[in-house]
Amino acid sequence: MTATQAPPGARQRPAAGETAGARRAPVPCVLLGAAVAVAAVMLAPLAFLLIEAHGAGLATLAGLIWRPLTAALLWNTVRLMVVVTALCAVIGTLAAWCVERTDLPGRRVWAVLVVVPFAIPDFVVSFGWASLTTWAQGFRGAVLVMTLAAYPLVYLPVAASLRSADPGQEETARSLGLGRVATFLRVTVAQARGAILGGCVLVALVLLAEYGAFEILGYQTFTTEIFSEFQLSFNVPTACALSLVLIALSVAVLGGDAAARSRGRVVRTGPLAQRVIPRQRLGRATGPVLAGFAALTGLALGVPVGASIYWVFEGGAHAIAGVSVADAGWHTAAYGACAAAAATLLALPVALLAVRHGSRTRRLRERSTYLVLAMPGLVIALALSYFAERYAHGLGYQTAPLLVAAYIILFFPLALVGVRASVARAPAALEEAAASLGQRRLTLLCRVTLPLVAPGLAAAFCLVFLAAVTELTATLILIPTGVQTLATQFWAYQQNLSYGQAAPFALVIIAIAAVPSYVLGRYFDRLPAGAKRPL
Amino acid sequence: MRRLYPCVRRWAVAAAGILTAAALAACGGSPASASGPGSGLSITLYNGQHVQTAESMISGFERATGITVSVRNDDEDVLADQIVTEGPGSPADVIWTENSPALEYLQGKGLLARVDASTLARTPARYNSPDGDWVGVSARVSVLTYDPRLIARSQLPTSVLQLASPRYRGKLAIAPAETDFQPIVTAVMRRYGRAEALRWLQGIKANAAGHVYPDNETIADQVNRGGAAFGLINQYYWYRMRAEIGASKVHSQLAELAPGDPGYVIDVSGAAVLKSSRHQAAAQKFLAYLVSKAGQEVIANPAKSISYEYPIASGVTTLAPETPFDQLRPYPITIAELGDGAAAIALLRQAGLL
Repeated sequence: MTATQAPPGARQRPAAGETAGARRAPVPCVLLGAAVAVAAVMLAPLAFLLIEAHGAGLATLAGLIWRPLTAALLWNTVRLMVVVTALCAVIGTLAAWCVERTDLPGRRVWAVLVVVPFAIPDFVVSFGWASLTTWAQGFRGAVLVMTLAAYPLVYLPVAASLRSADPGQEETARSLGLGRVATFLRVTVAQARGAILGGCVLVALVLLAEYGAFEILGYQTFTTEIFSEFQLSFNVPTACALSLVLIALSVAVLGGDAAARSRGRVVRTGPLAQRVIPRQRLGRATGPVLAGFAALTGLALGVPVGASIYWVFEGGAHAIAGVSVADAGWHTAAYGACAAAAATLLALPVALLAVRHGSRTRRLRERSTYLVLAMPGLVIALALSYFAERYAHGLGYQTAPLLVAAYIILFFPLALVGVRASVARAPAALEEAAASLGQRRLTLLCRVTLPLVAPGLAAAFCLVFLAAVTELTATLILIPTGVQTLATQFWAYQQNLSYGQAAPFALVIIAIAAVPSYVLGRYFDRLPAGAKRPL
Repeated sequence: MRRLYPCVRRWAVAAAGILTAAALAACGGSPASASGPGSGLSITLYNGQHVQTAESMISGFERATGITVSVRNDDEDVLADQIVTEGPGSPADVIWTENSPALEYLQGKGLLARVDASTLARTPARYNSPDGDWVGVSARVSVLTYDPRLIARSQLPTSVLQLASPRYRGKLAIAPAETDFQPIVTAVMRRYGRAEALRWLQGIKANAAGHVYPDNETIADQVNRGGAAFGLINQYYWYRMRAEIGASKVHSQLAELAPGDPGYVIDVSGAAVLKSSRHQAAAQKFLAYLVSKAGQEVIANPAKSISYEYPIASGVTTLAPETPFDQLRPYPITIAELGDGAAAIALLRQAGLL
């Protein structure tokens, strides 16, 4: 920003988004300490990778990276990323525009139906497709499944941004004689540009870390290969070498996003210009658009749910003893809830620090949390096992707390998204007023800050809970002996081709995940676009 | 702002409710499953065998001995290396794998205890650890599965070398990361030498482009549904699939390679007691049960375990309608020659299949 050239000691000009009147208060030590501790924990997996890579030696590492397979994996990963991200951008943006800006019949219903696929784990979507047809295999299968599973990541932010965008520009463009399509492309898309880019980054990162779906579809990417390396020989150095490539890829994605954002800026007349937006009439396009929505919902939602129901009735008749759905569901919910609560609490100091006491390193630190999203659950699980074994004499190894810790690290960025948005919205003046009335810091936190940010905390809780319930790879490694979660038991049956027995677990996962995703949909519905970064 | 407040309260209440439930679950749920029943003896099994087979076996063992078994299921290589990482503090008492290389690997690291002589005597010596550190429990054989709608039986290869022939381009399905594939690579290497084996793998890689699957279950399933013309699997995957989806939905068939061909390999599933185990006697009892008549009958009877593997101990023969074990004519390769599979993995890596 503008402050980069400022000489030492010069008063920094407040950045664009910050309120000019807010004086920089001294950072409370407790807050700073907590935030630093959280950052240290989040960076532990990266440290593990570097330690392992260092131990393996540069020559070994280079040999592992420069082998014939790496080129093939790179090609597979990158082409999938490009195609799926582009498709998600198109589908997500168009769907969002239709729901937010047109007189599409049944908008309320579509708005919910279009978001629900977000709650269905990718491996259940691919199970649905792969169990019904051999067509959905390899590259085309991966494109189909991942597009259907990931487009809500673009839809959600774009819908929110369209809702709060300035409609005056569209009207001006139309009044100056620009056609409807041209207006959409040159004005509407430009307005939603930040949201589209943000959604695309999430889609790309999700693709980098995905394992279960590609394993079912027989499509090799870096992440599936890291997993099979590990299964083949518990080969930690190789897995780490490939993970470093994966992280390099995600840094490239984030860098590309930052570069794209810095070019061009959307001007708006300010938040006061927001008003009820007249909806565009679809007219004769209504039929085809409705058909499109029906098809999208049918493919993304109908197929996985339908296939699961089909297999419940059509599956083999074996009554294999296994962990019951109730037992697995109970453990899944308990682990998910613990992780969600802890991650939300940890995100609070980081968000408070970032928003109330922001600095130049703020952006960097926030973006660095994205890296964790791109790290496969496997790497995080390995890192935790490694630390438990090497430095803690196996303390906590294969216990529930370590699994929950893995979830917290994996999904901390999600918690931060939710908490940060509401902290940014809560007026600091209320806290300052309370402080000036002599409230002590703890009382202030409980009576002013927490009630103000409560909706954000709930959203963060739901986001993490949703992600933890559908987590597979880290769970497979860290799960306590004798316990199964819904995802691991589904996976075990699915791998044995016991579709009939896998299906009920898939349905329960969908049911459990649907509740938080509904709450989330409602929450992000109400947020103004600016508050939602870094989503 | 005003509109938000009822929601805030509702959410706060809901979150608090879930939190309390979660905390209770974490306190109540985990210790109970971790410590096991306080009354009887309990051992921990690291299980690389099929879950259903292990479950049937364990319930028989628990009934017979009163010892409870807690199971950790995973891929055998993961479990083996987990044991290496865990070192002397490993919670595992017994490891049961689908293939011998994982056990040979642990044996090479000096982590296995000697198996009781009476247990070893139950299984023919050629299917046991050459050093007496693990016991063979069951066996499988590699075969071709093919879809007669896509390729005629007469067109199928009779030697594993022909899998690399250009005429099978786009027809072959393989699972190179599957532990069952390594013994075949080892056998080809032993029979034809490393250089020839590498060329062979490169040919296979070209032929199987688009049909490289993560495991044998997927090959069996894809070939049956016409996703690929034929593939190399262990025989029991086809039978397990048939049991799962019903004979009426099975369109694929099995074909054997020529007798003595290096692609015609017997894989041995075995079990071992860890040196670090603090329940040596109970762990040895579990191994003894695996190869006892009762244990072998669990494997022999598909209705009990849907195992479809061949029992190899205590004179029990399979009840499944498959080629009898003594009529198989596999490539003569010993357990010691199969080794820990490291050479095969290195070659697969060089060929770009891993």
